Amino acid sequence: MGRVEGKVAFVTGAARGQGRSHALRLAQEGADIIAVDIEDQIDSVPYPMSTPADMEETVRQIEALDRRIVATKADVRDYEAVKAALDDGVAQLGRLDIVAANAGIFSFGSMEELTEEQWSDMLDTNLTGVWHAVKAAIPHLKAGGNGGSIVLTSSTAGLMAIPNIGHYVAAKHGVVGLMRTLALELAPDFIRVNSVHPTSVDTDMIHNDATYALFAGDLPVAERTRDVVGERFQTLNALPIKWVEPVDISNAVLWFASDESRYVTGVTLPVDAGSLIK
Amino acid sequence: MGRVEGKVAFITGAARGQGRSHALRLAQEGADIIAVDLADHIPNIDYPSATEEDLAETVRQVEALDRRIIATKVDVRDREALRAAIDDGVAQLGKLDIVVANAGICVIADWKGTSAEVWDQTIGTNLTGVWNTVQGTAQHLIDNGGGSIIMTSSAAGIKGLPFLSAYVSAKHGVVGLMRAYATELAEYNIRVNTIHPTGVNTPMGTLGGDAFGPLLEAHPKLGGMLANLLPIEITEPVDQSNAVLFLASDESRYVTSLELTVDAGNTQF
Repeated sequence: MGRVEGKVAFVTGAARGQGRSHALRLAQEGADIIAVDIEDQIDSVPYPMSTPADMEETVRQIEALDRRIVATKADVRDYEAVKAALDDGVAQLGRLDIVAANAGIFSFGSMEELTEEQWSDMLDTNLTGVWHAVKAAIPHLKAGGNGGSIVLTSSTAGLMAIPNIGHYVAAKHGVVGLMRTLALELAPDFIRVNSVHPTSVDTDMIHNDATYALFAGDLPVAERTRDVVGERFQTLNALPIKWVEPVDISNAVLWFASDESRYVTGVTLPVDAGSLIK
Repeated sequence: MGRVEGKVAFITGAARGQGRSHALRLAQEGADIIAVDLADHIPNIDYPSATEEDLAETVRQVEALDRRIIATKVDVRDREALRAAIDDGVAQLGKLDIVVANAGICVIADWKGTSAEVWDQTIGTNLTGVWNTVQGTAQHLIDNGGGSIIMTSSAAGIKGLPFLSAYVSAKHGVVGLMRAYATELAEYNIRVNTIHPTGVNTPMGTLGGDAFGPLLEAHPKLGGMLANLLPIEITEPVDQSNAVLFLASDESRYVTSLELTVDAGNTQF
């Protein structure tokens, strides 16, 4: 018996990285999946974003676990597209129990230098996109009558400031406000709302030239190796590790998604190797 | 494969209630248990004290799961006796991976009715007892190459609640202990976290509440502070144990210094 056996989970940003990991971890424990991802580039994002081929791979891996998945190309900035994808998924899979609002982007610049475009893309995706996913999901969760669990992906940057990513810090702090308000509003329907706060996660979002330049801009490009940059990532953490793996975030999402946490709501859960206590 | 297969857990207050539930939940998932409990009369409390028979029943239930358990009758305030029980358990079971500092008492009284004896016994058990527990176990975790320490605080460790001044103070203090240990022990790959229950369906949680009645009648404005946000009256011990299990297992291997509320939203409003 899986820990979320028979439940249906909506996962945004599911084509790769943490989102794919959440979908797989939940599917391993018995859930069917409704997946969306932009599968396209946003111009202000300085690393390659997901592709349709990435989502095909997520679908393949879920189906290899003998679970069902309904995957749709949809940008979380577009509420109508998100709603249509989710409505279709619920129609096909029959119910909705879990929401993992994971889709997010990363870019950087000081508050003085950030462009209007960087700011609006960030807030539209990492904050408004979370609200869109939840807004589309609430009627389905309420209609099910079984309560539900909503897990929002914030960040250590949702609980503390980090320089040169002020728009990301603002969006991820905003996610905490969203989570807390939703926890109050949805408690009477037994819908629980919590957030996870990762430190650096071992995905394409950190392993790219642009992020390496942010952490090791003082070094020539050729010297910005995974190991060298990793040592700098490690200075962010209290536990002696460079970064966490996607499955570490997924295990937190799984716990929130399962009935093991049936009376847990309003929690900001850092999966941060002690980054916040440094 | 259990979620804490092959690990050894030390649990205080394991004779019954949440402590027994933690022992059973961890044993179900493959852990062996070192258990301690006062298992004796406690003055000033409004609910029955745990007994040696209760501790024997925990042993019986853990052994029925085919796991090993070393149980000792000891007061967490007795530093030397506690250390001896820990060292003996670790010697017998070979190592230590998980520490659950759960033992606690609760006396309900308004500020005027809180005696020096109640203050001392509450701080002694609920705060100094946790310190004694970690002081006695941390080196064993370091010797093991890392581990997970879980302290039972309370919703009353995050917000003030009326008629529990000693309890609120001790449980807030537990958060301070957790944060301090989390910083110092991180370099040894030891994680330190707290859980924060709302009311739990145990002898302490259900039989000890009568004293609230007249106090809340006299101060009705304060009653709302005890209410839960989710539409339930009380949580079950297993709900707390499922949080302990998550924090004990490698599923949370990079989670430290977390105050994990299992409180049906009690601290959210």
